Amino acid sequence: MTVMTYADAAKAALAEEMRRDPLVWAVGEDLGRGGVFGQYKGLAEEFGPERISDAPISEAAIMGASVGAAMAGTRPVVEMRFADFALCAVDELVNQAAKARYMLGGQTKVPMVIREPMGMWRSSAAQHSQSLESWYTHIPGLVVVVPSTPADNKGLLKSAIRSDDPVVYFEHKNIWGLEGEVPDEEILIPFGKARLEREGADITIVSWSAQMHVVSEAATVLQERGISAEIIDLRTLWPWDRETVFSSVEKTGRLLITHESVSVSGFGAEVAATVSEHMFQSLKHPVRRCGAPRVPISYAPPLEDLIRVNEAQIIKVVTSMMTSEIQ
Amino acid sequence: MSASIPPNLDIKRYLNHHKMMNRIRAFEETAAMANEDGLVLGAIHLSIGQESIASGVCQNLEKDDFLLSTHRGHGHTLAKGADPQSMMLELLGRKGGICRGKGGSMHIADFSVGMLGANGVVSANINIAAGAGHAIKLKGGNNISCCIFGDGAINRGPFLEGLNWAGVFRLPVLFVCEKNGFASTTLTEAMTSGTGSKDRAESLGIPAEEIDGNDIVAVDECVRKNINEIRSGGGPRFILCKTYRLHGHTASDPALYRDQEDVDAAWKNDPIQNCKELLKNAGVTEKDLAGHRHDALAEMQEVYDLAKRAPWPDLQLAYEDVQDSGDPRERAY
Repeated sequence: MTVMTYADAAKAALAEEMRRDPLVWAVGEDLGRGGVFGQYKGLAEEFGPERISDAPISEAAIMGASVGAAMAGTRPVVEMRFADFALCAVDELVNQAAKARYMLGGQTKVPMVIREPMGMWRSSAAQHSQSLESWYTHIPGLVVVVPSTPADNKGLLKSAIRSDDPVVYFEHKNIWGLEGEVPDEEILIPFGKARLEREGADITIVSWSAQMHVVSEAATVLQERGISAEIIDLRTLWPWDRETVFSSVEKTGRLLITHESVSVSGFGAEVAATVSEHMFQSLKHPVRRCGAPRVPISYAPPLEDLIRVNEAQIIKVVTSMMTSEIQ
Repeated sequence: MSASIPPNLDIKRYLNHHKMMNRIRAFEETAAMANEDGLVLGAIHLSIGQESIASGVCQNLEKDDFLLSTHRGHGHTLAKGADPQSMMLELLGRKGGICRGKGGSMHIADFSVGMLGANGVVSANINIAAGAGHAIKLKGGNNISCCIFGDGAINRGPFLEGLNWAGVFRLPVLFVCEKNGFASTTLTEAMTSGTGSKDRAESLGIPAEEIDGNDIVAVDECVRKNINEIRSGGGPRFILCKTYRLHGHTASDPALYRDQEDVDAAWKNDPIQNCKELLKNAGVTEKDLAGHRHDALAEMQEVYDLAKRAPWPDLQLAYEDVQDSGDPRERAY
């Protein structure tokens, strides 16, 4: 095991895959200088400016050219800088990358990874803070990945690069510096396999990305109060590991899904609906969700904090779920 | 307008163009008939009147050169070497269609001949073509990427972004703008500020030429010269081909918004007629030239007859070719 940051783990993943496969290349703004968050630092020196390629501020071209480059036999890793900016390239992602294989009758695949740093971080306000992962789960053809730890960021990014599907890969900006143990041997984490963060008996809490760490803190407090929470990190939202969620809910009878993104039409709604459809009889309490209210993200810290799902909120919801049973 | 006869005209070359242009025209006329018969399911966009660009560009491409086309892409696809039978099956949404009946007219593609797809989104093919050129550069090939789009595409962002991209990375890409005068059913010039696509391309540092797209000699020679320059490492090139869309935006559009005088004049400048005159003046017999038209119509009629009898695609295809991870055949809900 080696302790490394979430950012360095991703860098190690990309470097390993670029050494393994000469067709892998990365492209985006400021990559030559290491990327806006330093997540590419040193890679241009090793791989040269053609494979760690700078790009104009031209999201539609970064995304669209990568679609063409993928169809023509390379494996681009596309850096969007902020998930918010990828919205300048939605046609290229949704109408082109996600659809080409299907509408061209399987004549091509579009192997590309779209890295979209997301989430609230340092008062970045409404255009640099969004968590839009649920949007992409709605689009057939796309894989959606939301790693929460350094080890997962390495193992999932490597799998994403080797995938023949377009993979929308959300890294959370607030945990770039988070340290964690990463296995020294090669890790390839399969899509659709959740990670059991903590075993518990009373309630199942499903989450992903940076929110996982908020959930862990809350669970520690809950444990002290005698409530045993089982925490599941979905890791990928399409495909998502419903079996692991189902068997946990079977055991606990209670389910809370919590995420940083807006609650309305967030992926928590999909998890809640699926569990309700398939295992209503196993539930001791209605499924609950925690998510942001449907307001844009503010600049001033107290306003920003107001919409952030925090430990106190999770503890409050879980406690209420434990004390108000369905009779 | 009759084309001038250049000295030492390569008659064989232009006979090939004449044959191809007639095949495209016949394919489009047959597709229009299929549309009237109610057998074409979605919208189709005919390239009648623009065949010289398809033939002049695509017959100068090698099989391993990439081509990205538009919603008006039947002619380009045919001229790149695709099989009209599987194209017609696709238009009718039948089994054996080139995209397995899942794309239709606007997503015609044939990767076996380097045709990476028509596109239902105007201008979207420009970035994709630039990217295919980027892949060629990364892999070190001597092939090129070619992108054909209409003048309606020049006011969308990808026109700027894709041309800039190809210029910045000095990619082997040939951009061809078919200026047929219309952006859907609106005059392009009425909705375009400034002097248009050629000047825009030049302002991005891309050498650009403007030619008469209905003159097969002009198209063939200009394209050949530019492709040679691209192959020898010259970076991207832009060719503006002036032409006219002799039919409406879609096969169901009577195009009554046009001046009849313009339409009449345009029919007198039919590129196939121009090519025919050229070859006649060079000594080819009327009979041989009429044979091209006759053979093309017979070929496409046969293609249509077979397509009409073909069954629908197998139902499980609806769930295939989506994705490897999260494959809907395992779980779609």
